[in-house]
Order: sequence, then C-alpha cells, then structure tokens
Amino acid sequence: MMSMGALAGFSLGSLSCTKTGVEEFLQKHIREMSEGEKKAVIGRLEAKYLRQYSRKVRISTQPAEKGTLWGYGLDLSRCIGCRRCVYACVKENNQSRVKPQLQWIRVIRLKKGSLINLENAEHYYNPETVPEPGFMYMPVQCQQCENPPCVRVCPVKATWTEPDGIVTVDYNWCIGCRYCMAACPYKGRVFNWTEPNLPAAELNTEVHYLGNRPRMKNVVEKCTFCLQRVRQGRYPACVEICPTGTRKFGNLLDPNSEIRYLIENKRVFRLKEDFNTEPKFYYFFSA
Amino acid sequence: MEVWRFFKKTVSMVFIGTKIYYLWCAFLLTVIGIAIAFYIQQLDAGLIVTHMRDQVSWGLYIGNFTYLVGVAAAAVLLVIPAYIYNFDPIKEIVVLGELLAASAIIMALMFVLADLGRPDRFWHIIPFIGSLAFPNSLLAWDVIVLNGYLVLNTIVPIYILVKTYFGAEPSKKLVIPLVLLSIPWAVGIHTVTAFLYNGLAARPFWNASILAPRFLASAFCSGPAMAIIIFQLLRKTAGMRITNEALFKISELIAYSMFINLFLLGAELFKEYYTGTIHLAPMEYLYQGLHGHYSLVPWIWSAFFMNVTAFVIFLIPKTRENLITLNIGSFFIIVGVWIEKGLGLIVPGFIPDPLGEIYEYMPNVNEIAISLGIWAFGLLIFTFFMRIAIPIQRGDFIHSKYANPPTQRQYERIKP
Repeated sequence: MMSMGALAGFSLGSLSCTKTGVEEFLQKHIREMSEGEKKAVIGRLEAKYLRQYSRKVRISTQPAEKGTLWGYGLDLSRCIGCRRCVYACVKENNQSRVKPQLQWIRVIRLKKGSLINLENAEHYYNPETVPEPGFMYMPVQCQQCENPPCVRVCPVKATWTEPDGIVTVDYNWCIGCRYCMAACPYKGRVFNWTEPNLPAAELNTEVHYLGNRPRMKNVVEKCTFCLQRVRQGRYPACVEICPTGTRKFGNLLDPNSEIRYLIENKRVFRLKEDFNTEPKFYYFFSA
Repeated sequence: MEVWRFFKKTVSMVFIGTKIYYLWCAFLLTVIGIAIAFYIQQLDAGLIVTHMRDQVSWGLYIGNFTYLVGVAAAAVLLVIPAYIYNFDPIKEIVVLGELLAASAIIMALMFVLADLGRPDRFWHIIPFIGSLAFPNSLLAWDVIVLNGYLVLNTIVPIYILVKTYFGAEPSKKLVIPLVLLSIPWAVGIHTVTAFLYNGLAARPFWNASILAPRFLASAFCSGPAMAIIIFQLLRKTAGMRITNEALFKISELIAYSMFINLFLLGAELFKEYYTGTIHLAPMEYLYQGLHGHYSLVPWIWSAFFMNVTAFVIFLIPKTRENLITLNIGSFFIIVGVWIEKGLGLIVPGFIPDPLGEIYEYMPNVNEIAISLGIWAFGLLIFTFFMRIAIPIQRGDFIHSKYANPPTQRQYERIKP
C-alpha cells in the first residue's frame, strides 16, 4: 500500500497542478454526483473541449427513458461485409482516427460452413469488391449483455448497465486496468493506448457524457448503441448507414417494435449463448 | 531514549556497509533510475509504448505480478515446518522468509501499478474513499488480501526484531497466532490471484479448475528456490547464520511441490489434448504454435526442461545435498516457473482472442526496463531489511545496555 501510494503520488506529477487539474483529479463517480455537481463537471468538460478543439461541444446527461430496453437485430443473410457501419460508427462516436484508429464494430469474414468456431475468422479481409463468393460476414460489437461479465469484474464500478439496458463507462472514473477487456467474450471493448487522435474538423459536437464525448488516454471505451442518438428517438449510426438493411433496432419492451417482430418470427440466435451473458443483440437469417 | 537510538541507528545502518554492499545498492539504484525514465515516458505517451494491444491487453507486468504473488505466498512453506513441526534449523530464517514475502508483495503491487493506465486515479480503488467493487470483482478481493498480507508480513518480523533488539524473547502468545494466520492467508492470496483469471469464461485457457492448485504448487517451488539462493548469498556477504541442513530440508520440500506441479500440468495437458475441442487452441499456441505463430514455443519447452531437470535434482538426495547441483536446480526452478507463470500463463489466455484473431505479443524494451526497475526496487528494499535484520539476529545490533563495550562502529563492519 505504501509503495502504491508513493508511486501514485509520483505519477501525479504528470497532472497539471491547476485548479482544473485538481478538480479533475477529485471528480466523483458520475452516479454519485448531485445535479449541481453534474452541471459543474459538464461545464468544466465543455470548457476543456473548447480549449482542446476550439469548438463548442454540447454534453448531454439525458437519462434513460422509462419503459425502454434497447435491442439489436442483425441479418446475417444480408450483410455484404462493406464495413460502412464501422466507419459511420467511428465518425459518430468521436473515436481516435489514426495511430491507432479505434473501432467499436469488427466485421469478420467466415468461410461458409463454419459459424461457431471463430478461429478461422478473417479480420483484415480487403478485396476489391464485396461480397466475395464462398464467404459470409459477421459484424460483432458490444452485445449489451443483460449479464455482462465486464461489469462484474470492474474493480471500481466504472462500468454499469443503464436502465435502458446499455452498458456504459464513466471515462473519468476508469482506472485503465483492462480487466473488463479480459472478461468480454465478444471483444466488445477497446482501449485508448494513447491520447486519442481526433482532428477538430472531424469532431461530432453533439455528445453524451456516457457515450461519444471525446475520451482521454489509457481508458477503455465501447459501443453504447449510440445512446446519444437513441435516447432522442434516432437510430444508431450503424443502423442508419447500412446499405443493405442488415441492421435492425428497437425497444424490446414495445410489443409492436421491429425487434420484437424479428425475435418472434425469425430464427434468431445470440453469439456464444452458452456463456449465459444474455446479449440483447440478436443475429438471424432472413433467407 | 532507546527508541530514538534504535530508529536513528536503523536509518544510519542502511547507509553504511561493505564495498560489496555499496556496489550492490549503486547497481540497483541505477536500474531503478533507468526504469523511472522509461516509466515517465509511459505516463506521458500512454501504454502504447508497450507491446500490449487490444488483442493481448495484459503482458509482462501482469505476468510478473502473478509470479511474485506466488513467491510471497511461498513464505508459508518456510513458516509451516518451523512452527508446526518445530524444526529448529528453519526457525531462525522465518523472519527473513516473511521479509522476503513482504518485499515480493511490494513488487507485485508495483507491477499492478505499472500496468494501470490511470495511476492518477489510484484512489478510486481505495475502500470507502473510492468505490471498490467488493465483493463482485476479484481484483477488489486481491487488493484487500494482498495489502492485508503485506501488513501481516511486515508486522510479525518487525515485532520479533524489535523485541530481539531490546533483549527480550518475542511473546509466543502474540507471534504464533499471527504466524498461524499468515499460513491460510498465504494460500488465500494466491488462490484469489488465480481466481482473478479463473473466473473469466471468455478465456478458456484460464477457465480451468486446475488453475488455483497449479498456482499453489508452482509457487511452492519458486518461492523456496529463491530463498535457497538468497540465504546462501546472505551467508556469504552478510554473515547470516544458516546451516546447510536447513537448505537441504527446503529443497526436499521443493521436490514434493514440483512433483505436484508436474502432475497437475500432465492432468491439464491430457484433458485438453485428448478431448481436443476448440478450447485446445491456446494450449496448442503455447506448446506447438498455432497457424504459423509460435513465439512462445521455445520459451515453454525451456521451462518444461528446467522444471523437470530441477525435479530430478531435488528428488535424488545426493544431488539435492550438493551445493552446486542444488543451486543449478534452484536457478532452473526460478526461471522455469517464471516462464510458466509469467508469459506462459498470461499471453496464451489472449491467443487466439475471443473472435479468433492472433496477435503475437513479446514485451518490448520499455516493459523490460520498467520490470527490471521494479525487481531492483524490491531487491533494494529486501537488502535494507536484511541490513537491519541480520545484525539484530546475530546480536550485533542490540540495546545500548547490552552492547558491551558500546562502540560506535561495531555494527558497521560486517564479517562473514
């Protein structure tokens, strides 16, 4: 403990000893803040982003809407592996663009005839045109588990499930231990191994505290079903961009939603169902 | 003011020693200095300066952490025979064994800190002040048991040493319950550390019930092997009193532990290879290579060779009771178990990753430099501990009223 304290103290040297630096250091867990404290933090963050990107960023803390539980449907017979969803996601969610580019969606290419054993999956396929004969494509992102192993292992409760079923991270509370990454069976989390490289011109200024606000180095991040959009009644960016209608989205609690229709009428399955993680991400074949 | 004298002399003794002592400390401080430079760079640029990536998100730091928890836990192996069977030759080295455990825990905690992306948010993990996720997260359990173990293994030796300094016999009523408590606690720290990996269904290589027993068995090899080497060094350089008989007794215990370790390894290999499901992949990667990736293969076979050779050496009384072969065996075990439990345990857990990708990891210069620095820091702490503990145990550094004649320089020169 002594040694850890000493080293932690040592590392503080890298923080600026300004008022903002101290406030940032002492910032509480978002779920333990009062409304007033939240406002102060949002103000400070907006000012910080203004300094950093010279652009006005609006940070929402909009809570989950009552009676919503978001679910996702993905039609494997339609996906052509074009990766438009991958890049739309990067653009919407303010990921680091280069060195490295962080992506929350990974499209893997599988030889037809193999679905469960991902050992032969190709992650970096790059043909002239897609789809390619003999292959199928499977996009994988955070499956928003009802029983998320990542949340269970976090030593500081920096990640949790919101009432609308979305697993979120307080980027200002994460200590960067990466235990959640080891626990996730879907590779749903990526790490900011260095300061994110996000050009000011490409910044999406409509952000949510728990979602797409710009991150900092050495914290983990993940897909949030674009919670900044879905809580305002819009589709996630990946659903919107998909040219083939592969991606479906809706409220699992609404019996008339498209996602409920799919679950009831299509033969759906969930990835690695044997892990009992209860994903809210349903794969199916329409043909 | 005898307490003040004790304190003052303790501090001053650390700065006074033989030429070898100065050289040794200077060497360690240099390694630490280099590591600090690398660590500042890591803090500044982020963990990108390491070779860890999303696919293999833990590496050399966490491997060393796991190994050192084992070394710390193995102090128990020195304590059990001394206190339960009243085996006197070992009894005198219990204090040193516990101080070795304390040093190992300090190193283990520093490795976690080196691996932590945001050490500036360290306070988030402190119980009550931050939001420690107890009892859900096994990492929270580890924070608690490791720090508790550190306190326990510092208090007992300090109490015994201070009592000895004041010329009094340490109270058995106080020491024995604490020592007895440290035995299950030692098993506890290593079990919790094993469960840290064991509880992750996403990583079939770790998600095997045999993990915790194997952790304990291998720890009871590497910890005592390290003790055998260290005690001989201290006997040569610091005049520590320890008989060969005690070393041979420890080596006999290592033979039993290594047998169990190898047996458990065999059980694991059988299960994985005979069933041959897709969960075999990490094991295949480690021992044979997978899809043309085999960077760990030479390492793990070296470890296997060293462990088996050491087992044979420690099994045969003739080689066990010969200092040359004893030291070769100890060296083999220290390195063999380090490979097996460091890179050989952590890295295959991530290969292939949950979506089948293979990213080959080998630590880079930054990680190696920082790791060496932490080892150097731990050794320096242990050296300081020994610098004080050995003269007290020898009766050279003692209460002024017993020190006769009370010469100033008496403890400054150490003869073997």
